[in-house]
Amino acid sequence: MNDRASTQKSWRFKQSSPLPGFGLSLGYTLFYLTIIVLLPLAAIVLRSLHNGPARFLRAISTPRVAAACWLTLESSLLASVVTAIFGSLVAWVLARYNFPGRRLIDALIDLPFALPTAVAGISLTALYSETGWIGRHLEPRGIHIVFTQWGIVLAMSFVGLPFVVRSVQPVLEEIDSAMEEAAISLGASDWQVFTRILAPVCLPALITGTALAFARAAGEYGSVIFIAGNMPMKTEIAALLVVTKLEEYDYVGASAIAVAMLALSFVVMLTLNLLQWRLQRRKGERV
Amino acid sequence: MHLVRLRSKSERAPSLKTTATRLALVFAALIFVAAFLVLPLVTVFAQAFAQGWRVYADAVCREDVIAALKLTALVAAFAVPLNVIFGLAASWAIARFDFVGKKLLNSLIDIPLAVSPVVAGIMYVEVFGLRGWLGAWLSAHNLHIIFAVPGIVLATVFVTFPFVARELIPFMQAQGCDEEEAAVVLGASAPSIFWRITLPNIKWPLLYGTILAASRSIGEFGAVSVVSGHIRGLTVTTPLEVEMLYNEYNFTAAFAVASLLTLAAVVTLIVKKAIELATGIHGERETGERAR
Repeated sequence: MNDRASTQKSWRFKQSSPLPGFGLSLGYTLFYLTIIVLLPLAAIVLRSLHNGPARFLRAISTPRVAAACWLTLESSLLASVVTAIFGSLVAWVLARYNFPGRRLIDALIDLPFALPTAVAGISLTALYSETGWIGRHLEPRGIHIVFTQWGIVLAMSFVGLPFVVRSVQPVLEEIDSAMEEAAISLGASDWQVFTRILAPVCLPALITGTALAFARAAGEYGSVIFIAGNMPMKTEIAALLVVTKLEEYDYVGASAIAVAMLALSFVVMLTLNLLQWRLQRRKGERV
Repeated sequence: MHLVRLRSKSERAPSLKTTATRLALVFAALIFVAAFLVLPLVTVFAQAFAQGWRVYADAVCREDVIAALKLTALVAAFAVPLNVIFGLAASWAIARFDFVGKKLLNSLIDIPLAVSPVVAGIMYVEVFGLRGWLGAWLSAHNLHIIFAVPGIVLATVFVTFPFVARELIPFMQAQGCDEEEAAVVLGASAPSIFWRITLPNIKWPLLYGTILAASRSIGEFGAVSVVSGHIRGLTVTTPLEVEMLYNEYNFTAAFAVASLLTLAAVVTLIVKKAIELATGIHGERETGERAR
């Protein structure tokens, strides 16, 4: 970034503006971003590169690590599906209907953002254990949530829900109802209105929200570790294995898993950015 | 259920208009929210008070709990202002000027949202830990960052990094810079532009972002857990105290401390909603709700 700043005069690094403070604000932003985010990020990536691809692959392909990564991936995908379905339902109801307590529910949707993950973790565990309010009805029927993969999926769905609702809800609120009215007056059924008009308009927002929920779920730690039981090979997630390796002073193993997790989240974010960029371009063409 | 008078939120939304469908959907959503969000919330308090007020009071007045609460307040007192200053600088640079690489910078600010908290913790261990980049130098000068308070502050700063900037940038971009440019033309100094024009204009989104950042700093668990070292009375924040009490099978005490954090979360939600309703940031602006 600095080399760009030094050449700004020659090729117009910055468009002219009468406002003061550009150098100070951009300089501080870059400085702070570098110290807090970029340098530590570089540190962990370089550490993995320094160790070499052979050691990286060996660290990442042990049965225990592979099992943890697979479990995390599978559970996050399942959780994304759950949040996509229920998140859409809640978003639809909040965006379209008025009913007593709508505002309360609207405010509650952000609870998983606001509630510390450790608190969510112990609370969900208490709720679904065999003495808990929900668990006591499930356990006698042979449905075990706590200390199984279902518990992991449940906790991941809990933290992911607001991402889907908050992505889809504003789109539903802004849909031009003229299209729906036209469709209905032309004899379309509710189902046709849903599949032909609402679904295509909401799909990008739904994909964005679900991908964010997936990324969050894949990296989630606090809310999962209490309900998961953390049995190696069975219910041990990748994030927990990172911590375990670190506590065993296995820095190579810990940073290898961490880099793999970083790579996954960057792929998700990059895909989302590309998707949004394509959508914006298509919108631009239409106008 | 007959009390629930269902009507379409705005009269112009015609689809799925049969009352039965509506009733079923609202009912399903209510059941889901009750089971999925309300029950975990209530469980915290039910468990915390399971053995009565006395046990609850004893649990939250323990020495190590008080120390944890103090540390949490201290960490938030450092992390939140740091990110407020960054948010102001970043939003001024990005929303008020056009420069090469602006989009890239804008995306880089979001990185902490995509990184797992545990990975964030490891990153700081790789830089400041005993075997990290600066480890040898730091230990030679007897400076402790990892397994000490500075590391906890750094990890908290990382996870709350974009919160203020994310609120300010779109708001200031939408607002435009006419007022500030007029002030410059009329000869106002930079500080007086900031204090008299920019700050009053952005006070609500600034407060909103600050509250989100504060809430997350109080509750952060994963990143802090990696860099803390879990030394009771010294490096254990309130969420870590909850974990330690829980792992010691002291469930009532764990939930008692958790109830304090839950209370903070509920207050956050209420204040957040109040700001949304009062100012129209995030939410019901363009729906029929306020217009009618």
